Amino acid sequence: MSRHVMADRDVAVSLEGVHKFFGEFHALRGVDLTIAKGEVCVAIGPSGSGKSTLLRCINQIEQISAGRVRIGGTLQGYDERNGRLHELSPRAIDRQRRLTGMVFQRFNLFPHMTALGNVIEGPVHVKRMSKAKARSLGRDLLARVGLADLADRYPNQLSGGQQQRVAIARALAMEPEVMLFDEPTSALDPELVGEVLDVIKDLVASGMTMMLVTHEIGFAREVGDHLVFMDHGTIVEEGRPRQMLEAPQNVRTQAFLSKVL
Amino acid sequence: MASVTTAMVSGRDDADRDEGPQVRLNEVVPRRHPGRWVAVALLAIVAMQVAYGVIVNPNFHWNVFWQYLFAPTVIAGVGWTLVLTVVAMLVAIVCAGTLVLMRDSENPILRAVSWLWIWFFRGTPLYTQLLFWGLFAVLFPRLSISVPFGPEIIGVPTDWVVTAGVAAILGLGLCESAYLAEIFRAGFRAIDRGQTEAAQAIGMSRGRIWWRILLPQALRTIIPPTGNETIGMLKGTALVLAVPFTLDLMFATSAIANRIYLPVPMLMVAAFWYLAITSVMMIGQFYLERHFGRGQDYVQTRNG
Repeated sequence: MSRHVMADRDVAVSLEGVHKFFGEFHALRGVDLTIAKGEVCVAIGPSGSGKSTLLRCINQIEQISAGRVRIGGTLQGYDERNGRLHELSPRAIDRQRRLTGMVFQRFNLFPHMTALGNVIEGPVHVKRMSKAKARSLGRDLLARVGLADLADRYPNQLSGGQQQRVAIARALAMEPEVMLFDEPTSALDPELVGEVLDVIKDLVASGMTMMLVTHEIGFAREVGDHLVFMDHGTIVEEGRPRQMLEAPQNVRTQAFLSKVL
Repeated sequence: MASVTTAMVSGRDDADRDEGPQVRLNEVVPRRHPGRWVAVALLAIVAMQVAYGVIVNPNFHWNVFWQYLFAPTVIAGVGWTLVLTVVAMLVAIVCAGTLVLMRDSENPILRAVSWLWIWFFRGTPLYTQLLFWGLFAVLFPRLSISVPFGPEIIGVPTDWVVTAGVAAILGLGLCESAYLAEIFRAGFRAIDRGQTEAAQAIGMSRGRIWWRILLPQALRTIIPPTGNETIGMLKGTALVLAVPFTLDLMFATSAIANRIYLPVPMLMVAAFWYLAITSVMMIGQFYLERHFGRGQDYVQTRNG
């Protein structure tokens, strides 16, 4: 695609020929993808098509089996010297993970910490920020996701939508360059989906680079700059959301959209 | 509650509407439970009969019980039993923690060693292990650092280091570590994988994830069975006569019993102290459970 011809400094995330095997299972089969800075890339596709695996490979929760992942031009997980890949130390990988923030389908808040505790855990224990400073940052972030009053609640005292908003604040607290959302509204009751989407919309407006895996096709159309349709571990079709949703070119995209729209 | 005919009912989660509608509750005549009262009466009679039979029974020698309850060797025995329990439990906790880390490590040798340790110490009787530790100084008369298979560099006689007390603690602690390791492992396995992933996603290191995220959550499930094990350990100290270690509560009370030819009151003395220590431990366990259950088992309710 011509719009993917861009200067390196404008590229936030790039994947080249990424494969992932889980034992015999070939989950990703040669994925190439470029996400520009400030772009909102939305991935859709049937369950098991590799969308979540792709996100998890970007922040190295899963180790890729082949290919290259780069964030801001830096190769992730390896050091390439003399044409050979050398595995990075766990420390270096932990440091690279700070470039990305991740929001999970099932929130994964730390249940033994309050909402504020969840948000400041990274700043205090990874970035070594002072507690006082982290608390004020945490309160600001909770206010930004509309939860200023609930800072001292534990996760199981919050609704699903509130928990997911805390999870977003927790990811933002590390000031990532890219936000990854793995079906952030799939585990929510229908009436709670809106409040989470509103927070994501607010992030989009602030110019955050993000990749979003979702089943909310309407939302994808509304906020996405770049739509990716995945099936069987490959990107089958990508393009502008509006055009692609109205006139999908590939038969598999057409078949999928006819079921969900 | 049948006499209460009205109550304030406020809308759920509705802080603005403290004044809820006045609802007239149903007036209900409660069902009678004559069976319960019969059962209570029967049990009370049996309980009083047993208590009477024990208290006035001259064979229990309650005057001897009171005479020896606070005897110096008995109190010292309580102290030694506590020392054995606490130190052996600390040894067991440290070993079990190490075993769990080894069991979950990526190194296959460490995993195998951990498995073998648990297999051996769980598979042989505690009494046998205590006998073995008692004989340790006979089997290995000198402990020394030496060139492998070669001459000694520095060494000491074993019985300087492995005294009866140390043998008892090693015997109790190492055996217990095998059981605790399995309890700890279960506690860690019960945690959702998403917790580790979420912690990784904010850039936390493995060690920090273990300490800040996994351990506090695992402790919530680990503490109740570990409390059980501690109480088991308390009573397990009665076996240290196998070493032989002769200062603990059981040995101290049996020694007096043998001297005065009255075993029953001295057994009652021992039972009293074991019960007293167990009760104190249960109070401690309550507070530990409350601390590590925060956010899950113990959460303050919304506005009452």
